[in-house]
Amino acid sequence: MAELKVLTARFGTPNSTHIDTYLRDGGYKALEKALKMTQDDVINEVKKSALRGRGGAGFSAGVKWSFVPRQLNKPKYLVCNADESEPGTCKDRPLMELDPHQLIEGMAIGSYALGANLSFIYIRGEYWYLIDILEKAIQQAKDRGYLGKNILGSGFDHNIIVHPGAGAYICGEETALLNSLEGKRGHPRIKPPFPAVVGLYGCPTVVNNVETLAAVPHIINKGADWYRELGTEKSGGSKMFSLSGHVNKPGNYEVRMGYPLMDLINIEGAGMRGGKKLKAVIVGGSSVPIINAEAAAKCNLDYESCQSVGTMLGSGGVIVMDETVDIFETTFNLIRFYNHESCGWCTPCREGTDWLLKIFKKIKAGMGEESDLDLILKLCVNIEGRSHCPLGEAAVWPITSALKHFSDDFKKHLRKSLPVLTMAK
Amino acid sequence: MFSPEIEKKIDNTIEKYPHKRSALLPLIHIAQNEQGHITEEAIAYIAERLDLVPVEVYEVATFYSMYFLDPIGKYNLQVCRTISCMLCGAYDLIEHLQNKLNIKIGQVTSDGRFRLTEVECLGSCSTAPAMQINFDYHENLTPEKVDQILAKLP
Repeated sequence: MAELKVLTARFGTPNSTHIDTYLRDGGYKALEKALKMTQDDVINEVKKSALRGRGGAGFSAGVKWSFVPRQLNKPKYLVCNADESEPGTCKDRPLMELDPHQLIEGMAIGSYALGANLSFIYIRGEYWYLIDILEKAIQQAKDRGYLGKNILGSGFDHNIIVHPGAGAYICGEETALLNSLEGKRGHPRIKPPFPAVVGLYGCPTVVNNVETLAAVPHIINKGADWYRELGTEKSGGSKMFSLSGHVNKPGNYEVRMGYPLMDLINIEGAGMRGGKKLKAVIVGGSSVPIINAEAAAKCNLDYESCQSVGTMLGSGGVIVMDETVDIFETTFNLIRFYNHESCGWCTPCREGTDWLLKIFKKIKAGMGEESDLDLILKLCVNIEGRSHCPLGEAAVWPITSALKHFSDDFKKHLRKSLPVLTMAK
Repeated sequence: MFSPEIEKKIDNTIEKYPHKRSALLPLIHIAQNEQGHITEEAIAYIAERLDLVPVEVYEVATFYSMYFLDPIGKYNLQVCRTISCMLCGAYDLIEHLQNKLNIKIGQVTSDGRFRLTEVECLGSCSTAPAMQINFDYHENLTPEKVDQILAKLP
């Protein structure tokens, strides 16, 4: 087993959500340490650790923090993106459910580094039961002086508000999330300006994924070098992967960055369900290109290796499909998802996903023709790079990659020929 | 328009935020959880509390999938239909529930007890297939397990 226990170390601990057990296990030591460091030192340590955004984009967390103009005379905000809704991804849920203080400590350290006195956890509304767990943990942290005024006598004030979303995939996009947090529809904003400069309420804001922030206390405690060396040179640390689909043991597994994909499937996942053959894998949540079994065999779970086999690490939602799966059907499922979740703001995404869904429905009804596959690709070209936010690309990549690797699955749904009327003799 | 206890909850929620409009989503949740769905009176009330015009509340209420402008029955059965659940049998579950309850997706049973809907990814991918009944998660489902769960509901 190459499973690593950093973020998940306390998952089996009885009463793991309580501050007493967290403190007993060395909790809030990293915050104490960070408060004695300068803000720049904290940011540099995170930069050096090669911790990259775990929500999907994979941008260096430390670099993101360094974009915030701390000298600006405006409030700064840290927002934890807990809107986990990328299909195939369910890793943030146990991180909040089983170890909320780890996240709170990470947020406190991040907020100190940014000079933010108020931070938010924007949590998807469906995770309603987690709000209670998080709020209890926040209250415990306040009672012990790890949140509130003058934390541990440092002069630094910090509070956290848990904010429920209400069901919208698009709010996982950071600028849509900020609009939603301001009490508006979840429409993304034009970038630039980036949130680090003009974010929540027009103030400098950093939006980080739950898993990213949960890694911060470990980096401060054990050092950037220790963390980076768990993974690869460019993809530091460990990462959670949500394994789903046709494996014997689906679940959330933490492994080192660079861990072979097939090991995750065969060791952690205990192999393919029913001993069937692997057909395809979506490695990083539904928005990344699908790969076939051949590419999967060469894929390691880090940003660079995923790229080299034509896909992306994304959020770490590993969806495994066996030989019985019709890739046309799974792609249909995904275009329906993106059409449903398109926020409707821009034409390429709103109309484009609608047209794509219509063509898929036509093919599914047995009315598709060869030319429809070309039309699908033409529509994809007109969405990719032309939409207001990355949802457009997210909708297109699963389709173009499926057509590239599994075109036979599409072709078998096509109508063989036009019905011809035969003349009676 | 709400009980003193709920009014207090609304006051506290508004107070938490540096800008009160941020309380809009939480307030709609509170109103809906009280009344079962979002009523026109609730929209007007929330607008007044947050210094908005009602249409600003309405446009938000109609954007998010967890807000309901019509009654949704006592138990809102929300079956996840997205890829990981699909691979593990979600379509069969949906078929089973439609037959069992004799309603189609989006409909409410005539006694107002159940509403059946399909939802997108619930974040239960490793415990698929899954559904939410109101706010409660039910995972690793089979048609038999669904029958047992429904039979146990008060």
